[in-house]
Amino acid sequence: MKRYVIRRLLLAIPLLFAISFICFMFINLIPSNPAEVALRVQQMPVITEEAIAEMEEMLGLNKPFFVRYLDWLVGCLQGDFGISYVNPARTVAGEILRSLPATLQLAGASFVIVIVLSIPIGFLCAIYKDGWFDRIMRGAVFVTTAMPPYWVGLLLMWAIGVKLGWLPTNGNGTWQHLILPAFTVGLSYISTYIRLIRNNMLENMKQDYVLYANVRGLPQKSIWVKHVLKNSMHTCIVAMGMSIPQLISGTIVVENVFSWPGLGTLCISSIFNRDYPVIQTYVLLIGVLFVVFNLVFDILQTVSDPRLRKEN
Amino acid sequence: MKPVLELNQLQVSLHSRKQNHELVKGVTFSVMQGECLGILGESGSGKSMSMKAAMGILDKNFLVSGSAKFLGEELIGKSSEELRGLRGGKIGMVLQNPITCFDPLYRIGNQISETFMAHRKWGAKEIRERSIAMLNKMKIRNPEEVLEKYPHQLSGGMLQRIMIGIATSMKPSLLIADEPTTAIDAITQFEILNELVDIKKNYKVAMIFISHDLNAISRVADRIVVLNQGTVVDQGDFHHIIHHATDPYTRLLIEKRTDVMRRYKLALQGGV
Amino acid sequence: MSKRFFQNKTAVFTTLIVLVVALIGILAPVIAPNDPYETNIINKFAGYSMEYPLGTDQLGRCVLSRMIYGIRPTLGLAALTMVGTIGIGAVLGIMAGYFRGIVEEVIMRIVDVMLSFPSQIMVFAVVALLGVSVQNVIIANVFIKWAWYARMIRTGVMQYRDKNFVQFSCCVGMPERFILFRHLLPSITSDLAVLASLDIGWAIINISTLSFLGLGVQAPTPEWGAMLNEAKEVLTSNPTQMIAPGVAIVALVCCFNLMGDALRDVLDPKEVK
Repeated sequence: MKRYVIRRLLLAIPLLFAISFICFMFINLIPSNPAEVALRVQQMPVITEEAIAEMEEMLGLNKPFFVRYLDWLVGCLQGDFGISYVNPARTVAGEILRSLPATLQLAGASFVIVIVLSIPIGFLCAIYKDGWFDRIMRGAVFVTTAMPPYWVGLLLMWAIGVKLGWLPTNGNGTWQHLILPAFTVGLSYISTYIRLIRNNMLENMKQDYVLYANVRGLPQKSIWVKHVLKNSMHTCIVAMGMSIPQLISGTIVVENVFSWPGLGTLCISSIFNRDYPVIQTYVLLIGVLFVVFNLVFDILQTVSDPRLRKEN
Repeated sequence: MKPVLELNQLQVSLHSRKQNHELVKGVTFSVMQGECLGILGESGSGKSMSMKAAMGILDKNFLVSGSAKFLGEELIGKSSEELRGLRGGKIGMVLQNPITCFDPLYRIGNQISETFMAHRKWGAKEIRERSIAMLNKMKIRNPEEVLEKYPHQLSGGMLQRIMIGIATSMKPSLLIADEPTTAIDAITQFEILNELVDIKKNYKVAMIFISHDLNAISRVADRIVVLNQGTVVDQGDFHHIIHHATDPYTRLLIEKRTDVMRRYKLALQGGV
Repeated sequence: MSKRFFQNKTAVFTTLIVLVVALIGILAPVIAPNDPYETNIINKFAGYSMEYPLGTDQLGRCVLSRMIYGIRPTLGLAALTMVGTIGIGAVLGIMAGYFRGIVEEVIMRIVDVMLSFPSQIMVFAVVALLGVSVQNVIIANVFIKWAWYARMIRTGVMQYRDKNFVQFSCCVGMPERFILFRHLLPSITSDLAVLASLDIGWAIINISTLSFLGLGVQAPTPEWGAMLNEAKEVLTSNPTQMIAPGVAIVALVCCFNLMGDALRDVLDPKEVK
């Protein structure tokens, strides 16, 4: 058990290195000279050789490639992700930290919505398999997986925000502001997990232990909740945990629709402004989150399964 | 004397979109108190299907008709809650894959006590005492420790004995053993069969022993029913089946067995 | 196999729909009632009429004509993305599965790293890096998807490699290239067809998302995602403008998803009950 955890941790290290290297490469793959881009972005009227050289000096671009990578990596580990091209007075770390809370709030809220909706619905679909509820939900799941999130956002905004006037459509601040965007971010995950939990429970219902529980005359509710649901959750919990970074990255589109002042809005405006260090840090952040959540939930699954956990 | 379980023209068919597939085509037999009935047949002959149909543990895709009377009470058409009360209580059942029959996420003690709680209003202390007594009766060493174990930490033979223990602890009138010896090794098989013979002697239950293994059946069963493709093809005691069976399928099973026995004896005598 | 295909109603029906939609897109100049670029500011937000069956948008352009012209970038770019993805995935996957050794190691490690990134972010990163344009959208989508195909095709190749007919070809001295293209490729096409028809729906959504954000197909060009972006601006004054493109995307994606499921039934007899 301990050995497994250590092995998993060690395996994550090269992956983190690869991710950081790709992120670093990213800024160096820009077809033009980053220093020149930085000057252009700051709307320097005339770009002279000296200005470029000065900017290179400032960004540390005149050093050899690997030295720069190491410098950058060490900087990242200390929380220094460089400075914004658009506004050199601002650090990237500061920009990201300013937008992060709003995005985490949104992702957290949508994760809660996903859990609260998908588990009961998936459960009901499984126990009433082929009943009217299951059929309606299966249809809904099929359609929602084909719906682009931004369109769902627009529809909700118009129907609930504008037409009915129940919830605000723009900006953030109160919990009412959170509901529409959080639901929009979560919708495709809700349908994914309804399907996952339903199918997993149906698979579990075919197992011998359910037959034996019936043979022993256990109450139906206990068989469904205590045995089948728990066994399915066991498998689904990993998929759910690993979807958290995807939820965070999924906010990028929805934030744009609802003018939510989070990382997504920052990222899109950085793309338009060619503020490469911000984009680079954003990609790095999501990549690292992805690896970390994978790791944590993989280990959690192992720890919570008595078959995999060795008891001495 | 009234039979404990009496099946009369029991039919089971699998209902699917395109066609109705008949799995059990009218099976009739009965079992008395203190008697052990062996049901012999290959896999797919409908032997455990007919028992499951009588107990109401087939899902709704299966259509069951005919009659199955338990102590004179009709089982077919009874509500699922009433059947649930009988299962694990008056009707005990032992299944064939002990290792996969227990929920891997719960300790053995938990799974024993949930069964007790489903049928009796016992307190936590009484449940624990009775669980330990039951394990002792099943000759399992260190019962306190076993209660704290997860299913994967125990052997197939041990789990099978726990299953028999659970099935008998509610003083059932009928004990159904569905291929209880198929998934375990030869020595444990021997012990399990002895256990079942003891139960038959001591508890005076009616027992149904389902198997495809003529050897195992001959050790415990007083009377044998041979099933082939959903119909009863032969009925009688072991002697009758061995010497007077008329059905070609039964003969085939017997010849296979006598052939094995002959070679076994030959080997014992030193020749091969 | 073609017989099984024609017996499966869903497969035939969805394929027909896709073909009809594609045909409408190709014949757009003939079918469209109006010029999709022709603005008529006086007649903006017109309702349904004979001349403008789906009304007009904020510049008085015919929505139906724009929808019909919009098939070209929407479906065309998605198809192009899939061709690129499968092409690169197939080449690398077959190389990894067939040659093994160091080639496989290198390719599969790259695949692992690619799969460990959340794909949505990579699209934005690539678009940001290469600049906003249609061709970069395709490159970005191919870039994040090829790894899935490479891995799947490698697994497929490795399974078929050990089958008798491939080993027989090796024994009788066929050149390796011949074995690859004559035997391995046809063997994995059925898996590919299923996966590709499921993923093309994904590509449609992804490309329209980028266009919606203004990172893909640019403003005057009619594309369903870009049209929704315009509809967003007039959400309060003309909410019906967002109905047609949205419904069209959902319907087309649903169609491809159904087609993928149906193709799986057609091509994989084991799955059929």
